[in-house]
Amino acid sequence: MKEKLLGIGVTVFRGDRCLFRDLSFALERGELLLLKGKNGSGKTSLLQAMAGLLPLEGGEISWAGKPITHEPQAFRGTFAWFGHRTGLKADLSPRENLRFDTCLRASKATGVDRVFARLGLERWGDLPVRLLSAGQQRRVALARLLLADVPLWLVDEPFTNLDRDGRQLVLDIVSEHIGAGGLCALAAHQDVSIRGTVRRLSLS
Amino acid sequence: MLNPLFFCAMVVVLFPLAVGPERNSLLLSGPGVLWVAALLALLLSLNKLFLSDLEDGSLEQLLVSPQPLPLIVLGKTLAHWLTSGVPLVAVSPLLAISYQMPGNVIGTLMLTLLLGTVVLSLLGAIGAALTVGLHHPTALLSLLVLPLAMPVLILGANTVSLAAGDERYTPGLWALAAYAVAALSLAPFAAAAALRVTNE
Repeated sequence: MKEKLLGIGVTVFRGDRCLFRDLSFALERGELLLLKGKNGSGKTSLLQAMAGLLPLEGGEISWAGKPITHEPQAFRGTFAWFGHRTGLKADLSPRENLRFDTCLRASKATGVDRVFARLGLERWGDLPVRLLSAGQQRRVALARLLLADVPLWLVDEPFTNLDRDGRQLVLDIVSEHIGAGGLCALAAHQDVSIRGTVRRLSLS
Repeated sequence: MLNPLFFCAMVVVLFPLAVGPERNSLLLSGPGVLWVAALLALLLSLNKLFLSDLEDGSLEQLLVSPQPLPLIVLGKTLAHWLTSGVPLVAVSPLLAISYQMPGNVIGTLMLTLLLGTVVLSLLGAIGAALTVGLHHPTALLSLLVLPLAMPVLILGANTVSLAAGDERYTPGLWALAAYAVAALSLAPFAAAAALRVTNE
């Protein structure tokens, strides 16, 4: 079965409030799914639903033809998560943080130096994360995506705290990923221009 | 939050100063005081178990990782036990001396604490997982965990008292060991399920 993320009639509640109802989407290889909407429109919740972190009130999300709730553990091995919070331990260095992460995902830890060079972190790899600026910490979190070696990226507000170069870097990385046949669902306030197929999903 | 070891040591050392140094009364109250102090010390340290992971977002990464969550929870709980339970067991002989406990009773005390702290860390992991999103989780966590922890306290303190009275105390040890095995095999699954629910 082809790698494809499909949502049919997805309905998500937060407490008693309905965030969206009967939402359908499809994301195939080499495509970017851009989730747009105002603050509180449910972009993050939809990403969480795609990751299987949030139970659906109605509808179904499937990966490669199977509902993601069918074999959740196997599904979790097929995507990488980039959230609001970086998920980095402040007392560990970026290198140690990423080593922990590669162990967690059983992916190979080679190429860390190359990824650091790409992200402009060469000189910061061995300092405690607490000494890094907010933008640099976001860059370290981006390194997690690059090292994960998975088809699907779920990316939430990647542009926060990043300078102009950093924002361009995110766009480059994402377009490379989908250019190589990957899939990416990305939530953002603003529109993004990117090489490759972009599907847009507006949440209101 | 106060270091659990420091908290326990303070309570245990101050108690004889307050009630007086008479040998018989100290021997009578010693096991109970040591056990209550150990229980409270561990309980107060537990609310931090998943809090830092929630705050920096690592908990999210753990939840979406392809590794089994109960195993991750077990690992974290083991780390908690090694840094709070084991040091407590290690200094307990020093604390027991201030209650004039004889050597063989100290051995029993250490054994009960070793088994009991395992149970308390594991039960606490369930409580910590259930309350991880709350602002002031300590009160609720205590309410959730204390009822389950009562058998540990009763068994632990009574076993030491029996040993001090030269009576048969091994049944208590076996019961504690059984509780530890049950907690070890069930609590990680309960805590993992609780973490998934509290992070929806």
